[in-house]
Amino acid sequence: MSRLEVISPGILTLLQDTGRFGYGHLGMAQGGALDLQAYCWANHLLGNSMDCPQLEITLGQAAFKAHDDMLLALTGADMRATVDGVPLKPWQTFELRRGQILKFQFATEGMRAYLATPSGFNTQKTFGSAATVTRDKLGGLMAEGADIGEGMPLQSGDWLQVEGSKTTDSRFSKMVPADWVPKYGNSVQLRVIESYQQDQFSAQQKQQFYNSTFTISPDSNRMGCRLKGNPVLAGAQGIISEGIALGAIQIPPDGQPVILMNDRQTLGGYSKLGCVARMDLPKLAQARPGQQVQFVSADHQQLLSELKKFMKFFSL
Amino acid sequence: MIRIAPVSECELLITLGERIDTGLAEQTGRYGEIIRQSFGSELIEVIPSYTTIFIQYHPLKTDFDSLHHKLQQLLGKSFRENSESKLDALILPVFYSSQTGPDLENIADQHNITVEEVIERHSRQEYTVCAIGFAPGFAFLASVDPIIATPRRATSRVKVPAGSVGIADTQTAVYPAETPGGWNIIGNCPVSLFSPNSQPVSPFIVGRKVRFKPVDQQEFVQLGGTLCPDWK
Repeated sequence: MSRLEVISPGILTLLQDTGRFGYGHLGMAQGGALDLQAYCWANHLLGNSMDCPQLEITLGQAAFKAHDDMLLALTGADMRATVDGVPLKPWQTFELRRGQILKFQFATEGMRAYLATPSGFNTQKTFGSAATVTRDKLGGLMAEGADIGEGMPLQSGDWLQVEGSKTTDSRFSKMVPADWVPKYGNSVQLRVIESYQQDQFSAQQKQQFYNSTFTISPDSNRMGCRLKGNPVLAGAQGIISEGIALGAIQIPPDGQPVILMNDRQTLGGYSKLGCVARMDLPKLAQARPGQQVQFVSADHQQLLSELKKFMKFFSL
Repeated sequence: MIRIAPVSECELLITLGERIDTGLAEQTGRYGEIIRQSFGSELIEVIPSYTTIFIQYHPLKTDFDSLHHKLQQLLGKSFRENSESKLDALILPVFYSSQTGPDLENIADQHNITVEEVIERHSRQEYTVCAIGFAPGFAFLASVDPIIATPRRATSRVKVPAGSVGIADTQTAVYPAETPGGWNIIGNCPVSLFSPNSQPVSPFIVGRKVRFKPVDQQEFVQLGGTLCPDWK
């Protein structure tokens, strides 16, 4: 057993895995790592199965202290991490020796970094998952005396326990091949599968939607990525509440699209134009407020085969 | 006419009707259970709501066309009501009072009736669980007597205590946990409606019948109810 102390959680650090599945009919949100691609790579680098819980660090400024030697993997946004002041690049495994401090500054690009450890951070799973959903008060680390994780973000003074975390010879440090490391650029193009209430949108409104450039609003969060731009109007005001898919493009009466992310509510009553391709959601998870977003219509079969390829590669 | 349409690479939506109707919610609830029992790990989520059933599936284990085919066959059969598996109406005790329901008097005033009549009209109705969402264990119940149907409050409360019984238009619900909320609160139910450590975690399933039974303060407290001192 090795121990990692949370010196500071920074802006927001959450224990996450792939999500809490199969409880949507009881009203539980799925949660899970927002950038599934960076998350999967971190577990993959360590030879973990994909359900091994990791830390999702949002925007940085977090710090951790190792109380035992341990092996870790870091992927996702570059937050100018250092180990005892020595710079550490993401997308690789690294060692933390007893007493060393891993520190993150503010992300230079991207929004979220993933910190993984062999066989994952220890926690009692809540409804089959460690995913922290703060609004549902489910998942995450178990507080002392609690029976379940109650959806708390990490706090200064929390201790994370890691089972079977052995250091390896640093010659064997593994990295994600450079070609596979995503670049978190300035503008994001999202491919769209039209579905749901797409027939409520006139050809002209759809054209407007595809021709516009939207800006990510600062009030975006793990529930939804809110966009600002030329309004897109549905032909009807609201619908009868129905199940919402990950990546659904919801158009409220003000015409400003909201892309529903992992912590979305299970049901919603706004018109939806369709869904963002699952394989494009990691880009959106890393896009920052103020960045620009454009939509492009895409072929369902093509997107499905990309998703299947991804899932096969990571054994999801 | 049942419609089955793809939503994304790995999700689909079954639509059973176009209007809110408690009979339809019973149907989506029942079909939801049947679907959950008839398929294995290829289905990840089955979420019934008022008129629809949302399904997330595993794209490496199945695909839209084969699910479409199987679902059509399954939903085309007529299901005999299985009386053994049918749940009884859920009876929930409620302490209707201005201490537990700060909007009770407002609703009476708005509709020009007495507080007693609001309580009487709310508790004599049999409701149907039409959807579960918003928060874990939050069940949308229909339909409220039109005489006391009241739109959501103009401003949401920052904090609505667990157990609060609210009205929003023709729907009513019990808040299973403390959350912000905009429904008109008329009382409090002392029974836990979402507890992760019990089985079932929530007594609600879409389609189940629910009734409210007025109790006095003494019984409310005996059942574990607590009064919220500071409404905001």
